[in-house]
Amino acid sequence: MTFIGNKSDLRVVGTRPVRPDGVDKVTGRAVFGADAIMSGQITGKVLRSPHAHARIVSIDASKALKLAGVKAVITAADLPNIASEEAFVGEGPMNFRDLSLNCMARGKALYEGHAVAAVAAMTDAIADAALALIDVKYEVLPHVIDVEEAMAPGAPILHDDLFTAGETPKPTKPSNVAKKVRFTIGDVEAGFKAADVIIERRYTTAPVHQAYIEPHACVAAWAADGQCTVISSSQGHFMIRSYCAKLLGIEISNIRVVPAEIGGGFGGKTLVYLEPLALALSKKAGRPVKMVMTREDVFRATGPTSGAAIEMKVGATKDGKITAAQAVMKYQAGAFPGSPINPGLMCAFAMYDLANVDVLGYDVVSNRPKVAAYRAPGAPMASFAAESTIDDLALKLGMDPIELRMKNAAKQGSKTAYGVTHGVIGYEEVLQAAKAHPHWSAPLGKNQGRGFATGFWFNIGGESTGAVFVNEDGTVNVVSGSPDIGGSRASMVMMAAEVLGIDVEKCRAVIPDTSSVGFTNVTGGSRVTYATGMAVTQAAQAVVEDLKKRAAMIWDISPEAVEWKDGEAVPAGANAGGFDPLPLAAIAMKSAKTGGPIGSEVSVNAQGAGPGFGAHICDIEVDPETGHATILRYTAVQDVGRAIHPGYVEGQIQGGAAQGIGWALNEEYIYNKKGLMDNAGFLDYRIPVASDLPMIEAVMVEVPNTRHPFGVRGVGEVPIVPPMAAVGNAIRGAIGIRMEHLPMSPPRIRAAIDGAKMPKAAE
Amino acid sequence: MAKVVISGSSCHEFTHGETEFEVAATTFRRLIPELEARFPGLGTHVEEYMAVAIDGVIFQDAYDAQLKPESEIVLIPKIGAG
Repeated sequence: MTFIGNKSDLRVVGTRPVRPDGVDKVTGRAVFGADAIMSGQITGKVLRSPHAHARIVSIDASKALKLAGVKAVITAADLPNIASEEAFVGEGPMNFRDLSLNCMARGKALYEGHAVAAVAAMTDAIADAALALIDVKYEVLPHVIDVEEAMAPGAPILHDDLFTAGETPKPTKPSNVAKKVRFTIGDVEAGFKAADVIIERRYTTAPVHQAYIEPHACVAAWAADGQCTVISSSQGHFMIRSYCAKLLGIEISNIRVVPAEIGGGFGGKTLVYLEPLALALSKKAGRPVKMVMTREDVFRATGPTSGAAIEMKVGATKDGKITAAQAVMKYQAGAFPGSPINPGLMCAFAMYDLANVDVLGYDVVSNRPKVAAYRAPGAPMASFAAESTIDDLALKLGMDPIELRMKNAAKQGSKTAYGVTHGVIGYEEVLQAAKAHPHWSAPLGKNQGRGFATGFWFNIGGESTGAVFVNEDGTVNVVSGSPDIGGSRASMVMMAAEVLGIDVEKCRAVIPDTSSVGFTNVTGGSRVTYATGMAVTQAAQAVVEDLKKRAAMIWDISPEAVEWKDGEAVPAGANAGGFDPLPLAAIAMKSAKTGGPIGSEVSVNAQGAGPGFGAHICDIEVDPETGHATILRYTAVQDVGRAIHPGYVEGQIQGGAAQGIGWALNEEYIYNKKGLMDNAGFLDYRIPVASDLPMIEAVMVEVPNTRHPFGVRGVGEVPIVPPMAAVGNAIRGAIGIRMEHLPMSPPRIRAAIDGAKMPKAAE
Repeated sequence: MAKVVISGSSCHEFTHGETEFEVAATTFRRLIPELEARFPGLGTHVEEYMAVAIDGVIFQDAYDAQLKPESEIVLIPKIGAG
């Protein structure tokens, strides 16, 4: 893939055209999952466990089935009892048996909200009445919610067949610890011996939900001939197809998934919950079945990201050289294994060039919903701990926090704790931009503090398909298999227009169903502009080559004698002939005479996505009476490689920062003694709203990734990594106390202030 | 010969603690049977669950990725995301 992203040569990339999906979304014309309709559809609803942990003794649906208007009831007995099999389909390793059991409990309900049965009925009211008539007998079991309590001896065991992987010798007793994993470089003990200063701290973070505004929704039909159609909001309609095929035993060619518009995902829509149930209900009912979650369902039954308990130790010499870093991280996986412990361990210190690192992690199940990916999964909690500790190190050393990071910054050639040597990266450039920003040197007032923190995310590539078709009038359709969550329609048409040399308004983006474009992985991992963009760019380049051949045919000269410039075929030189330029539209008009329709579809499995780094500066004022922290100013600096549409990139940075601020200050699941969630709604689960935040200033640093034609690095995940530590460091600056537990909500801050004022009895 | 580095503990059960060794393979595709022959089970594990970083560039899946004699190949867990 040739790099063509020199900024001075670009005419479309880097501009800010109007978003292609904007009018549909602001006028309400966009069709989201809950808006989708199939002829003859009926309603599906789910009966969920009221217990955190319970054996399902029996399910009697006979009364529900006798209710007029009820068309079908399903339980796990109606779904294939599939064997344990791991694969990498969506956004991480997935065990299909676990996924199936998460969609519908079999034998045991493992968390409050776990689906135990589902009904299809003519109306919502009948479906609700039917759910009430299903008689489920439970044997309530002891439950465990907290990650460290789940690891403790004697904790209630969720799975009798779960044995800790990574232990030597192999355990003989089941455990809630699904996996133990470690990354080590150098000799941390020697590193700590060489340190003049050592900071040790223990942090905890609460599980937080992705809090997408649109609840999960789908409509599905299983036709009499076995052909299935699903319309749903997700981060990948091919992922929906793959999972439904596997969980229901359907051949992939018999499932067509149509992508609805999506109202947010952030990683949480990379799994299936409703789609297999809707299909199974449809098969039984003989009608299309529509299912829409309530907000309470979303909180109680879909994946948050892990809460964590993290112990961290960092040592440095007096001049600020970090000599060793060590961490133990315990991540909640929810009811089934699969927390993002690996990336957490790998990201914690990836910003630094360190000789001695030892990070140990545990993947732990407990009676909570199974975790799902959430922007840079695993990294934010790890960075909260690492960057809070590094900040305290700077304080103890009397060093400027940016200077300390500069002194230890990862650069090209630095080896990470997970063994990989960094290539061309922009961390130093990000630090320099942050240091030079006026925010860093602006004055602060009373009760105010400034925090600084940085973060890293790998970014990924993967399988994508993109196609470019030239219409008869010279306009262009750009087709891809990536649902547009963060602006990919705009970036795809811009890259195509750049290569074709035409105005972006001449290009329209289309995201068709799974039977109409080649396989494409989910929209996630900050991969779409990189990988799907690569496919679209290559397709556009193939079209340009074809257009040159067509022009040569029209002029009756050799194709080598034709060049493509600013959207027109031109003779390569005087020897080629004195022809007037042939615009794309003129060539398109003659496509029938020159070989037929003009278009190209390219599928890639993109590798070598360039990692991203961010640095955030946060000013906070704490009200000492209430403990309320007000964000006064927030600046987020990030290496974005090359911004295709800077407005969307800024939006990604601002959105990630906003979600991270919510994670830092307010968001948490609150469980009662029965293991039931007490705040399953946006009234009590507090995400930031516009009035909570100042305008977040996004500063883009561009260190191109030359493995992408335009230099793209993924941008969607890095910005959620630094905020918790940036906020915590600002609070520390304001009140002089290190907050070690997330969220740093007003009661916790107030308690910390009160605690600091109290005399210490033991001293 | 190219050098394979195992950083995380997930492969240790196959290599019995060995973390660095040299390989003759010239592509990732050829690396898999070589790993399998040397440490039974490791080739399959790498193919199914691991990514590789070849001279700092991460490949999640790529049979045709080239390995040079001076290459450093780091076996890492596959990376998902949100």
